[in-house]
Amino acid sequence: MIALLQRDLILAVRAGGGFGLGMAFFLIVVILVPLGIGPDLEILSKVSVGILWVGALLACVLSLDRIFSLDYDDGTLELLLTSPIPLEAVVTVKSFSHWITTGLPLVVISPILGLLLGLQVSDLKWVFISLLLGTPALSVIGAFGAALTVGIRRGGLLLSLLVLPLYVPTLIFGANVASKGLADISNNSALLILTAVTLAAFSILPFASALVLRINLR
Amino acid sequence: MSLWEYANPVKFLNLSDKVLPFFAGFSIIGLAVGLFWGFFFTPDDYRQGSTVKIIYLHVPSALMAINAWFMMLVASVIWLVRRHHVSALAAKAAAPVGVTMTMVALVTGALWGQPMWGTWWAWDPRLTSFLILFLFYLGYIALWSSIDNPDTAADLTSMLCIVGSVFAILSRYAVNFWNQGLHQGASLSLDKEKNVADVFYQPLLFSIFGFVFLFLTLVLIGTRTEIRLRRAEALRLKKDRE
Repeated sequence: MIALLQRDLILAVRAGGGFGLGMAFFLIVVILVPLGIGPDLEILSKVSVGILWVGALLACVLSLDRIFSLDYDDGTLELLLTSPIPLEAVVTVKSFSHWITTGLPLVVISPILGLLLGLQVSDLKWVFISLLLGTPALSVIGAFGAALTVGIRRGGLLLSLLVLPLYVPTLIFGANVASKGLADISNNSALLILTAVTLAAFSILPFASALVLRINLR
Repeated sequence: MSLWEYANPVKFLNLSDKVLPFFAGFSIIGLAVGLFWGFFFTPDDYRQGSTVKIIYLHVPSALMAINAWFMMLVASVIWLVRRHHVSALAAKAAAPVGVTMTMVALVTGALWGQPMWGTWWAWDPRLTSFLILFLFYLGYIALWSSIDNPDTAADLTSMLCIVGSVFAILSRYAVNFWNQGLHQGASLSLDKEKNVADVFYQPLLFSIFGFVFLFLTLVLIGTRTEIRLRRAEALRLKKDRE
């Protein structure tokens, strides 16, 4: 499993990029929004949590088809199916490596982008924490969507149509953690639910994704 | 004699052929009585005026929008467990009806909300979760239409329906958490005190009855069409081979 993780990470970094791409997309979204709304920092700081969360979510969706499609095309996935590691574990590892290559960089640069959007330095920690807890769920939910559409040529748009509604709970709780934290209201319950969503997604969804992959590899 | 006997497409076609006229008749009677009674023979509400009559379209369509998804869920599980093709096709046939019901509920809701709340749309939990339900339907239909192999398509859409149901319920509670509502509570519940007044309640029951049978009729017709399409495809393939 660790070997698989290493392989996925190395492939993501070396072969054809993809690694920094999500981050660059996130950056562009966050830069474009003020150009659309106007430079007033007060308005921007009000919508900043929403921009950061929606931007992270879109950046995540954009890179989802990379989780399985390349391995599906060159037959690696079929080999993994026959390997001693259960497919459920393969899905988990691949979701995790997707998070490391897409989600984690977004989390790391989110405080800097938060500054651009007029957030106070003391408030940045909430954006950081909510994204850190929420983005793993985005990867593993996305892996389910990617597994569904792996056999479809040019399934990118379909993938986003399938996955974005599934992201609703994570987005709501994640943004809620950050905005309540910013407003200095107790955000304990939202924090706990967000963590629960992530943990539950990681423990249950790989089974569904593996089932779907088996159907697609039949 | 068991229910599963009708998983055989021929038996299903025979049975549905017999019950369809009754279902269609019930639906027409229910809708005619409910809507006529509701529109012309109920008083105007003392605060809402005549806009209250939108309830005869709004509540039943919203009810069926949710029940259609639930029916798809049950049919999907039956398909995954027992591999009855009729079940998968019924789920497929229910989706367009469900998405239409969702649209009707959203549109009538907007038409009702404009005079009453002063706005076409509010980001209220109920409204928002219906919009999310609408997206779920769209994804489900899109997935069906983009896969060629019918069995794979049925398997994948069933999985999407099951996982989607979990997330739809989660979203329902998430939006409650996210915003307090403008929408009133349940119109129909076992708790009589909170229900709508009797004058409006009785025609509403007829209207709901009509909508239930309208849904059943449309799903049966859709399923029969899908079965015949399947058969036509099989015949074509057979002819090609000869």
